[in-house]
Amino acid sequence: MSLTATDVKKIAHLARLNMSENDVAAYAEQLSKIMQFVEQMNETDTTGIEPIAHSFDISQRMRPDEVTETDQRAAFQAIAPQVEAGLYLVPQVIEG
Amino acid sequence: MEWETVIGLEIHAQLRTKSKIFSGAATEYGAEPNTQACAVDLAFPGVLPVLNEEVVRMAIKFGLGVSAEISPKSVFARKNYFYPDLPKGYQISQFELPIVGKGHIEVQLEDGTFKRINITRAHLEEDAGKSLHEDFHGLSGIDLNRAGTPLLEIVSEPDMRSAKEAVAYLKAIHSLVRYLEICDGNMQEGSFRCDANVSVRRKSDSKLGTRCELKNINSFRYVERAINYEVERQISVIEAGGTISQETRLYDPDKNETRTMRSKEEANDYRYFPDPDLLPLVVTNSMILAVQDDMPELPGQKRERFMTQYALTAYDADLLVTSRALAMYFETVVKESKAQPKLTANWIMGDLSGALNKANLDITESPVATTQLAKLLQRIEDNTISGKIAKTVFEAMWNNEGDVDEIIDKQGLKQVTDSGAIESLVAKIIADNPEQVADYRSGKDKLFGFFVGQAMKASGGKLNPQQLNQLLKEKLAG
Amino acid sequence: MVYKTIAELSQDLANKKISSVELTQQFLDRIERFDKSLNSFITVTADQALAEAKNADAQRAKGEAGPLTGIPFAQKDIFCTQGVKTSCGSKMLDNYISPYDATVVKQFKKAGTVLLGKTNMDEFAMGSSNETSYYGPVKNPWNLETVAGGSSGGSAAAVAAYLTPAATGTDTGGSIRQPASLCGISGLKPTYGRVSRYGMIAYASSLDQGGPMARTAEDIALLMNTMAGFDTNDSTSIDYPVPDYTSTLNDSMKGLRIGLPKEFFGAGLEKGVEEAIQAAIKEYEKLGATIHEISLPHSALSIPAYYVIAPAECSSNLARYDGVRFGHRCKEPKDLEDLYKRSRSEGFGPEVTRRIMIGTYALSAGYYDAYYLKAQKIRGLIREDFSNAFDNVDVIMGPTSPTPAFKIGAKTDDPISMYLSDIYTIAVNLAGLPGMSIPAGFVSDLPVGLQLIGDIFQEPRLLNIAHSYQKVTDWHTRIPKGF
Repeated sequence: MSLTATDVKKIAHLARLNMSENDVAAYAEQLSKIMQFVEQMNETDTTGIEPIAHSFDISQRMRPDEVTETDQRAAFQAIAPQVEAGLYLVPQVIEG
Repeated sequence: MEWETVIGLEIHAQLRTKSKIFSGAATEYGAEPNTQACAVDLAFPGVLPVLNEEVVRMAIKFGLGVSAEISPKSVFARKNYFYPDLPKGYQISQFELPIVGKGHIEVQLEDGTFKRINITRAHLEEDAGKSLHEDFHGLSGIDLNRAGTPLLEIVSEPDMRSAKEAVAYLKAIHSLVRYLEICDGNMQEGSFRCDANVSVRRKSDSKLGTRCELKNINSFRYVERAINYEVERQISVIEAGGTISQETRLYDPDKNETRTMRSKEEANDYRYFPDPDLLPLVVTNSMILAVQDDMPELPGQKRERFMTQYALTAYDADLLVTSRALAMYFETVVKESKAQPKLTANWIMGDLSGALNKANLDITESPVATTQLAKLLQRIEDNTISGKIAKTVFEAMWNNEGDVDEIIDKQGLKQVTDSGAIESLVAKIIADNPEQVADYRSGKDKLFGFFVGQAMKASGGKLNPQQLNQLLKEKLAG
Repeated sequence: MVYKTIAELSQDLANKKISSVELTQQFLDRIERFDKSLNSFITVTADQALAEAKNADAQRAKGEAGPLTGIPFAQKDIFCTQGVKTSCGSKMLDNYISPYDATVVKQFKKAGTVLLGKTNMDEFAMGSSNETSYYGPVKNPWNLETVAGGSSGGSAAAVAAYLTPAATGTDTGGSIRQPASLCGISGLKPTYGRVSRYGMIAYASSLDQGGPMARTAEDIALLMNTMAGFDTNDSTSIDYPVPDYTSTLNDSMKGLRIGLPKEFFGAGLEKGVEEAIQAAIKEYEKLGATIHEISLPHSALSIPAYYVIAPAECSSNLARYDGVRFGHRCKEPKDLEDLYKRSRSEGFGPEVTRRIMIGTYALSAGYYDAYYLKAQKIRGLIREDFSNAFDNVDVIMGPTSPTPAFKIGAKTDDPISMYLSDIYTIAVNLAGLPGMSIPAGFVSDLPVGLQLIGDIFQEPRLLNIAHSYQKVTDWHTRIPKGF
């Protein structure tokens, strides 16, 4: 699969990464190469093979419904870039 | 041109757990900002989710409540998008394999008939935080207390054909989740929310029209108004020769209109994939059986039973089963008073509900306990007081003036049943009102009420009405 | 003293030949002296280390010492350490002081080890040469012009240069075994789920696994006794009994069935490396093992499958770095999108950016089935390959890396050639199996690693096999010139 500049821009936006026009061209070429390399997989027939998301077929463990966490806001917000009145601040969020 | 409206709802019910779906932080509403957001909720580097067993139990409960298939294996997936109220940059949800599969619920429409609404699926997911738009020097504030609160998203088939049907369905689900005690149903606090997918088509069309998703409709009233507005809008667009484009629209209750939030082209590419931090959720038969043992009687079943066991009308039964607590109040009073169920229902739906509404109280907060109301009904049935006097007694009970019998005694409200005493009172009234008696006797039947009124007035309302009627009739007949 | 193993140091501490404070000071001195050239540490926690050593000595005086009490030690900078900078090798977290301890960090604190510092690594563990670190490449102590391997290159180099007796690593596609091989030390990637991932900053969650890096299998066994175990904070942690990993170290090699996958000895394997591996296999034959040729038919597909699965997971795992709650935030963002895009682009280096792009693409609408789903199916085939192989053999052996350490800068312009340096290690992660690398000779004065792959939870057997080899060879005792 060859990626176009449009593809690269779309992906960069989805991943919220900045990309200059120069970067776009370079990434288009590089990612195309990597995706072509990855496409070796297509030479193997996988009809009827079960896809696996984890190495082992085990099931989710559950925890009891208990409150175990205490308020650590002060410690957590000590490393935050911008807070006020206990809130994390970001540029204005436009509802959407 | 005849138009048909097609509506499907997506309901988000916050599950009533103590802790969050994937962390041990508290879920209580109204805490100081970010004091109930732990390292997992804040998505600090290295943290991992662990599933709360109670949410699974609650989801199964809901599934059983709508006669749905419970998936033996369901999978948590990540829905990826960037938003400041979504700390991980993805929401853990269920996509391809939800915990609850196809189910249905019977919904009563305005005309009293029932309609089955099919439920496509219900899946578990985590709630996001909140963006506060008060001005922080042109910035928004983010509170992540709600992040990670468990949600059950209930998706219906596009089975509803009017805004009223949609509201009826929403109410049925609202009542169900409260019955099951899996959601507090508080729409103001956002613990029960709804999005609607609305489309219109000409009655002759077999294909569905293009739909719009309406967001932010968080009261029964708004649901109806928003859908009605949207239906009108879509019809007028099409009638003017336009086409509907698939989009998400926001309902503005102040202006009573919907407006475009984002078009399909702008729609996110969510890149769902199985969450590698969580393993497949396996629900065993024994888990389902355990939940089954714990299932309360559901509104529909209760309604049927009330109609047969207590010979109530469908209307009364419906009103009584709207909440589990109300139905329980009714049954307790019937049992304690041994009064007629119909009389009991009338009192609960009438005077009691009226007083509760006025005081903005829930049935569980009623100042009149079941034993008190039961005693009051007993006193009506054993003719100690009349139904009318009972209202006075009820008011006193409501104001906490003491026990039923105490109130009756203290205020001297006991009904006069001594026929001698009634007779002499009737005789006096006939003697005092010769003109009316003459008119009555000459055929003015309507005056009968005048004599009843005079007698009641003279006795302070304490006469037994049946006895009074009988005696009056006899004496007036002359 | 610094050239001793943990097992030996533990004896010396117990016999009061040295105090933990003295030992710690010696290692701190060595770090001070040698790490300018190696760059194996991102943070040295000298004051804290000495305080911890003092505590350890006090604990010992009270008679409450365990085998690791007072042993100096280093953590890969991917393990969150409360109150200490935890950068994950990234500018994104250059200012990040973790507010909590990873489970692994807690375990070692509880065992009484002394934290010397946090080791350098490829940015977010993405790399095979430690050149993607925001803090610059780690040099290989055997030849300062070559790479230390990656992503746990700092840990490998620090252990190889005797700046610490041991360190933790993490292995997503070979990140413990490959640098261990390139630096001439021992490293174990345990079975997926054996060591808690809680507080270990995620790269690719379904593949990441922490493990110990030290000079000998015996030391690794001691570290595993502390590190392994079930953790309720990690849903993928497996509740399986933890053995005493030291108790089976000396079991016999008689009748051990060694499988040699023919796919591990084909084109691309450097001749000198192959010779060293064959020589090591001969040693095992001498000890009574039998050799069997086996096949892992889909192993060539492990790299393509990995470079879909790992980037897909990483693209999502790294979405949390958005400049809102912690980490790098760009200056004066003009709107929300600008905040996200600039904070992330300024905070992430080129390889991380590349993998996020690959993963986002592979998961995006229309491509999911062709890439992600296909890769998951290939993963199924690879797991099956191993499962078939272990029907007939007890352990699989081969080279850890096709070449010894390569020159710094040699592969930085060609991502695919860099990715191929993990050709023998990646399949093990896809199958979730335990794998080890131990020193097995040299080629052109650079170490060669022998890889041992075991079936699920066969760490005790792997350690036994590695230890048996180390009893009859001395590759693991060599000291790089100048250190």
